[in-house]
Amino acid sequence: MSTLSERILGAPAGAYVDRDVDLAFAHDGTGVLTREALHEMGVEQLPHPERLRLIFDHIVPANTGTTATLQAELRAYARVSGIPLSDVGEGICHQVMSEGLVRPGMIVVGADSHTCTAGAFGAFATGVGATDMAAIWASGGTWFRVPETIAVNLSGNLSGAAEPKDLALTYVARLGMEGATYRALEFVGEGVRGISMDGRLTLCNMAVETGAKTGMFYADDLTLRYLAGYGVKASSQVVEDCRYERTLDLDLDDIVPLVAVPHRVDTVLEAEEVAGTHLDQVFVGTCTNGRYEDLERFARIVRGKKVAVRTLVFPASRAVLSRAIERGILADIVNAGCAVGPPGCGPCLGAHAGVLGEGEVCLSTANRNFKNRMGVGGKIYLSSVATAAASALAGEIAVPEVA
Amino acid sequence: MQGAGPAVCLGNDIDTDLIIAGRYLRTKDRSVWAEHVFEDLDPTLAGRLPGSVIVAGRNMGCGSSREQAVIALREAGVVGVVAESFARIFFRNAINVGLPVIEARVPCTDGARVAFDLEEGWVEADGKRYPARPLSERMLAILRAGGLVDFWRASR
Ligand code: SF4
Repeated sequence: MSTLSERILGAPAGAYVDRDVDLAFAHDGTGVLTREALHEMGVEQLPHPERLRLIFDHIVPANTGTTATLQAELRAYARVSGIPLSDVGEGICHQVMSEGLVRPGMIVVGADSHTCTAGAFGAFATGVGATDMAAIWASGGTWFRVPETIAVNLSGNLSGAAEPKDLALTYVARLGMEGATYRALEFVGEGVRGISMDGRLTLCNMAVETGAKTGMFYADDLTLRYLAGYGVKASSQVVEDCRYERTLDLDLDDIVPLVAVPHRVDTVLEAEEVAGTHLDQVFVGTCTNGRYEDLERFARIVRGKKVAVRTLVFPASRAVLSRAIERGILADIVNAGCAVGPPGCGPCLGAHAGVLGEGEVCLSTANRNFKNRMGVGGKIYLSSVATAAASALAGEIAVPEVA
Repeated sequence: MQGAGPAVCLGNDIDTDLIIAGRYLRTKDRSVWAEHVFEDLDPTLAGRLPGSVIVAGRNMGCGSSREQAVIALREAGVVGVVAESFARIFFRNAINVGLPVIEARVPCTDGARVAFDLEEGWVEADGKRYPARPLSERMLAILRAGGLVDFWRASR
């Protein structure tokens, strides 16, 4: 009996295998190097451009002449090579992937560390570097070491103001920043049933913060219904009795609102313990928490009120933004005094829009709070959307109220 | 694959943002990365990198997949990186750009000579020899070729 990674990669843990990939993408940041490597390799024809994707999300729209030129070069390359391009404004690569492109059982590689997000669909999805990606685009496949697997066994239901993000911060803190290096995480147990697709994406997104190669959910009825919404037909996957390297048991009823404090994502305190911390900025968005459910939750809390601190909201994709417009949520967010940015990574990586000044403090719904990540001398706290919304209204870190 | 040089000692969990900050990614000029390498960790480090062997603790290179991190180290003249453990994308990236990475637990004294042999699987530090975790044949072949691009060209 096999783990999901073993099943998809077709070999036992520890084995090295060569496999074709079903989807392989790069973004405006990594794509430049991938393109250069392909050029140096002398590769002109790509065997399966329809399996590839270029997604502009990291610095969008371009902030300087240099960035604009690099993006123009990549755009031209997409045209001649036949690689489908998701241009400025379409959204963060991981969100675009989760809007009907990734299916259960696929092997997905992305030139971005949070490619593990797509594991939420029961795919084997992992990040690689730009040169690896060049070889993958050129040959259609790559080598993998089949990972050992750590089970995250969930029971109960999230309650109170706790969100999947709080569960994510909990398992990251429990495993530590290198607790799952080279491993895969499988989220199993009866607790998975109550977690929405958007929540599963948040949970798998943060797998890499423990060093894991990927985080995975088995495709179930909920997955199939979600995919059907994008016109995708798929079959569910059954958990087999298999050998896990270890099991982390978590009772969802015990999860409470948490905050990761600077500068480590595995250093986590209860929101209550850091309540009152001064804030200069609240940032809602990213591949962790910029999805529709996130914006909806945020809007529900700030509706009819005014934020007390600079608050930036970047929807994860155009589809998310469009739905937020249709349902009136965007108006709630804007009227509450938030600044809304274009779909994309926004200030997450500290390269443009919304960077922090020296000594400034930000509460962010992202996945990383590394030193200086959002700007030199800036400090980043990480939380759920509900905690971010409550804090935006208070102007300091605040504990969210039970919905 | 052998190498030697004075040690540059680093701690645990050195993330890729510390190696090369996001604000320097919007270019393809490799000299920019070598110039600003480790700037947010210790701005004096870059000057000590040419010809050195980095000796880090656990989880070296965690964080983003940015290959600019390993390119920065290589362009700055780092001979090899020894660490107790590596983040997997960093590890793979290093091999792909021809930067030797050696998984071993060794003591570190700044400036003291560190040597390694990847085929034989050892690291020498403070005059003693320590075992290194072996690399797969393919990884060694890529490193010997000078990286994945050259490996690809040689095998076509
Ligand atoms: S939102 Fe942040 S973590 Fe996610 S892909 Fe963009 S830069 Fe990376």
